[in-house]
Amino acid sequence: MTSISVLKQREKQIYQKGKQPFEMECETKSLAGAVSQRACVFCGSRVVLYPIADALHLIHGPIGCASYTWDIRGALSSGPELHRMSFSTDLSETDIIYGGEKKLKKALLELIDKYSPKAAFIYCTCIVGIIGDDVDAVCRQVEKETDIPVIPVHSEGFKGTKKDGYKAACDALFSLIERNKAPRVTIPDSINILGEFNIGGETWIIKKYYEAMGVKVVSVITGDGRVDEVMQAGNAALNVVQCSGSVTHLAKQMQEEYGIPYIRVSYFGIEDTSDALYRVAVFFDQNPEMLKKTKELIKKEVQAIIPSLETMKKDLEGKKAAIYVGGAFKAFSMIKALRTLGMEVVLAGSQTGTQEDYEVLRQMCNEGTVILDDSNPLELAKYSVEKDADLFIGGVKERPIAYKMGIGFCDHNHERKIPLVGFEGMVNFAKEVHGTVTSPVWDLVPRRQTPTGKEGVI
Amino acid sequence: MLLRHTPKEIKERKVLAINPAKTCQPIGAMYAALGIHGCLPHSHGSQGCCAYHRSTLTRHYREPIMAATSSFTEGASVFGGQANLLQALLTMFTTYDPDIVAVHTTCLSETIGDDVNQIVKKAYKDGTIPKGKHVIHTSTPSYVGSHVTGFSNMVKSMAVQLAEKTGRANGKLNIVPGFVEPSDMVEIKRIAGMLGIDSILFPDTSGVLNGPLTGKFHMYPKGGVSIKALKSIGDSRGSIGLGEWASADAVRALDAQFKVPCQVQDLPIGLLATDRFVDALRIAAGVSVPDAVTQERGQLLDVISDMQPHLYGKKVAIAGDPDQVIALTEFLVTIGMKPVHIVTGTPGKAFIKRIKEITARFGDDINVKCPGDLFLLHQWIKNEPVDLLICNTYGKYIARDEDIPFVRHGFPILDRIGHSYIPTVGYKGGLHLLEKILGVLMDRTDRDAPEERFELVE
Repeated sequence: MTSISVLKQREKQIYQKGKQPFEMECETKSLAGAVSQRACVFCGSRVVLYPIADALHLIHGPIGCASYTWDIRGALSSGPELHRMSFSTDLSETDIIYGGEKKLKKALLELIDKYSPKAAFIYCTCIVGIIGDDVDAVCRQVEKETDIPVIPVHSEGFKGTKKDGYKAACDALFSLIERNKAPRVTIPDSINILGEFNIGGETWIIKKYYEAMGVKVVSVITGDGRVDEVMQAGNAALNVVQCSGSVTHLAKQMQEEYGIPYIRVSYFGIEDTSDALYRVAVFFDQNPEMLKKTKELIKKEVQAIIPSLETMKKDLEGKKAAIYVGGAFKAFSMIKALRTLGMEVVLAGSQTGTQEDYEVLRQMCNEGTVILDDSNPLELAKYSVEKDADLFIGGVKERPIAYKMGIGFCDHNHERKIPLVGFEGMVNFAKEVHGTVTSPVWDLVPRRQTPTGKEGVI
Repeated sequence: MLLRHTPKEIKERKVLAINPAKTCQPIGAMYAALGIHGCLPHSHGSQGCCAYHRSTLTRHYREPIMAATSSFTEGASVFGGQANLLQALLTMFTTYDPDIVAVHTTCLSETIGDDVNQIVKKAYKDGTIPKGKHVIHTSTPSYVGSHVTGFSNMVKSMAVQLAEKTGRANGKLNIVPGFVEPSDMVEIKRIAGMLGIDSILFPDTSGVLNGPLTGKFHMYPKGGVSIKALKSIGDSRGSIGLGEWASADAVRALDAQFKVPCQVQDLPIGLLATDRFVDALRIAAGVSVPDAVTQERGQLLDVISDMQPHLYGKKVAIAGDPDQVIALTEFLVTIGMKPVHIVTGTPGKAFIKRIKEITARFGDDINVKCPGDLFLLHQWIKNEPVDLLICNTYGKYIARDEDIPFVRHGFPILDRIGHSYIPTVGYKGGLHLLEKILGVLMDRTDRDAPEERFELVE
C-alpha cells in the first residue's frame, strides 16, 4: 500500500492525539486547488432559511444556484410547502451587462401576486455582488408595494465561507423579527428553538418534549418554520440554540437587542438530549413543577429505549467510527452517542470548527484519534483506512468514498430521512449504525478479505 | 401536495424560471473533464460552485467526484483570480498528481474578466505545470446556455487544445458521444467495435463514474480517454458527433482546424436514430452491417411490434436536454406514441423546428418550449393530461401530483440506480427504454383495473 501524502500547507490542520503538541490551525480559508468539501456563503444562507415554508425564496442569479438547491434538504413542513419550489431570476448575459434589478423587481411582484407568501427572501449570488445590483433598494420598493416583509440575504458566494452565509441568514432573520412593531411581552416559561431544521421531522420530536415539560415554544428557527411565528421570537424568555455554527449569531443579536439570554445545546444522543432539557428546566427554576416533569419525561424516555440500545450494543462494542461534519459541535454529541453504543471514534473532523471546538474534541478523544479541519477526500480515505474504521458518518460527498472502501456509512446531514434527535432519534441512529456496520455486504469487499484487513488506499 | 403551487392557468413569464429544466454550464464542463483519464477538473470560482457540482454529480452517479476549486474570496473578486489559479495549479500538481487539469470558469471569474488562457500560459512558462503534464481550459459563464453548453465547451476545448496533427493518419474514427451516461459510452464503443471500427471516444466517463467496488479509493479511476488518444484525434480519418447541442462544436472545430471531416448525428436513442448511426459507421468502415447488429435491431423491432397495442396513441410529456429529447421524441413517435408536451431548458433555435418535423403527423397539436421549465410542463399537463411522463428525477413531483406513470431519463437522476450501468442508446438501449416504458404503463393498468378486468395475460 502506498500511503497518501498530506498537503504540506495542511499539516497544521491535521492532528493525531498523543503525537505532537496541540496546535490546530483552523478558521482559515481553504487552500486554492485543494479538493475541499466546503461550500460557499450562499449555501450557508440557503440551508438556514430554507425551512421557512410559507415564505418565498427567490434566488437572484444564474440558474445554477437555484437548481443545485432545489429541494435537496429534507426539512419537513406540516403545512405549506412553498419552500420546496425553485424560483430563480435566471440571469442571462444581457442582465449581467445591463443589471438585473428590473428583472428582480418584476419577478418578485409576479411571484408575490401568484403565491401571496407571508414574506420573501431574496438571495444574492456571486454575480449580483459583482454587477452591483442594488438589491436592498428593490426589496424596499417591493415591500412598500406589497406590504409583506421583503428581505435581502447578502449571500454572495465569494464573501467568505458557509459560516458567513449563516451569519447573513441570521441578519435576514433578525431583520424579519424587527419588523414586528408590536411591543414585546415576555411570555413566561417560553423558548425559541434555534438552529433546528426539522430534517426527517426532528423539530416535532423536540417540541413534543418541551410541551411535556410545560415549556411554551414561541418559534422554531427555522424547522417547520412560519413567518408569523418567527416574527414573535422576540417574546420568548430564552433562546435554546442547537447546531454550533448556524444561528448563534442570531441568538447573540437577540441577547444584545432584547436581552433574551441563550444557551447552547445538542439534542443528539441520550446524554446531550437530557442535558438540554434539564438546562431549560433549570433556567425556569421559578417553576419547580417543570423540573419534576422533566425528570419524569427523561426517565420514561430513557427506560423505553435502553433495552433496544443494549441489544444493538452487543454487536457494536469495539467497532471504530470516523466522523466528518460541518460544524464541530455536532461531532461532540456524536462521539458521546457512539460511546453509548460501545463504539470508539478514530477520526473526527469538521469543515468549520474553531480552535475552541478542536480543543474540546481533543479532550474528548482517545489517544491516536485523528482530528482534521477542512479536510479532503484523500485524507479522509487515508485515515479511515489506516485507522480501520467500520463506520463513516458524513454527508453526501463522503458517502461514496466510504462505500468504495467498503466501510459502512451513516448520513448525518441533508440526506438523512429519519430523525436522529432526542431519545427516539437515538434508537433510530443506533439502528442505522447497526444496520450498516453489521451488514453482510462488507464481508464481500476486498478490504475484509486481505490478511491485514488494512488494504484500501492508493 | 408540493406542486399544488402550480396553477392550471398559464401566464406568459419573461423574467423568471420556476422549477428549472436545466442547470448551469460549469457542471457540464466538470462531467466532460471527468471523461479524460487522470484528469482533475478545476472550477475557477467560489468554493460553493465546486461543492454543488460535486454533490450533484455524486448524487447522480453514486461515485466520489474529484474536483478542485480556486476558492475565490472577496479579494480575488476585486483584484482578479490569477493568484488563486496559479496557487491552485501548484497545489493540484504537487499534491494530487493529475496527468491533466481541466479548468472551467464560473459566472464570477467570467464577469471579473480573468484571462484564463493567459494565466495558464504563464503557469506553463513558470514551470508551475510540471513537464509532461497538461492544462486545458474552457469558458463556461453560468448565465449563458445550460449544463449542456458547458459540456460542449469543455469537449471542444479538449479537442482543439490537445489534438496534434502529425500528418500520419491513425486510421481511427473519432466519436463524441454527447452528454450521456457512462453506460451509453460503453455501448457506443461496443457498437462501433461490432462494425470493426477502431474508435477514439471522447469524453469517456465509463470506468470513471460507473467503476467497480475495489475496496480502494482511486483518485483517478481506470477509465477515461487517454491523453495520448486525445492527442491523436487530429490524425483521425473522421469524426462523428452525437447530438447537435453537446457534440457538434467539438467535431466541427476539429474539421476546421485539423481537416478531420465531421458529421453530426442525433443521439442513437431508438430504432431510427440508431439505424442512422450504424449506417454512418458502416460507411466510415466500408463494411456491410454484421449479422450480430442486424440481430439486435431485429429483436428491438420484434418487441416493438409485440407490444404495439400497449403503446399506440398513448400521450407522453417529455422534459430533458435537447439532444436526448429530440431522439426520444422520434423514438416515441416511431413506436406509435404521441408526445404532446415537450420542454427543454437549454436554448437553441433548431430545437423547436426539429421537434415540429418529428411530430409533423400530429399537426399543430403539440406543445413545445425552448427554453422552458418544469413549471410550464406541469401546467400543460394540467390542461391536457398525459399517459406517461419522461423526465429527470425532478419530474417525480409532477408524476405524483397528477398521478402519471413516470420514466426517469436524463440528468440528474437522484433517486434510482441503473442509468450509469444500463444504456439507453443503441438497439439494446432501445429495448431497455421500452422495457421501462411498458413496465410503468402496464403496472398502471394493473393498479387501476377493477378486479374482474385484472388480467393475468397481457
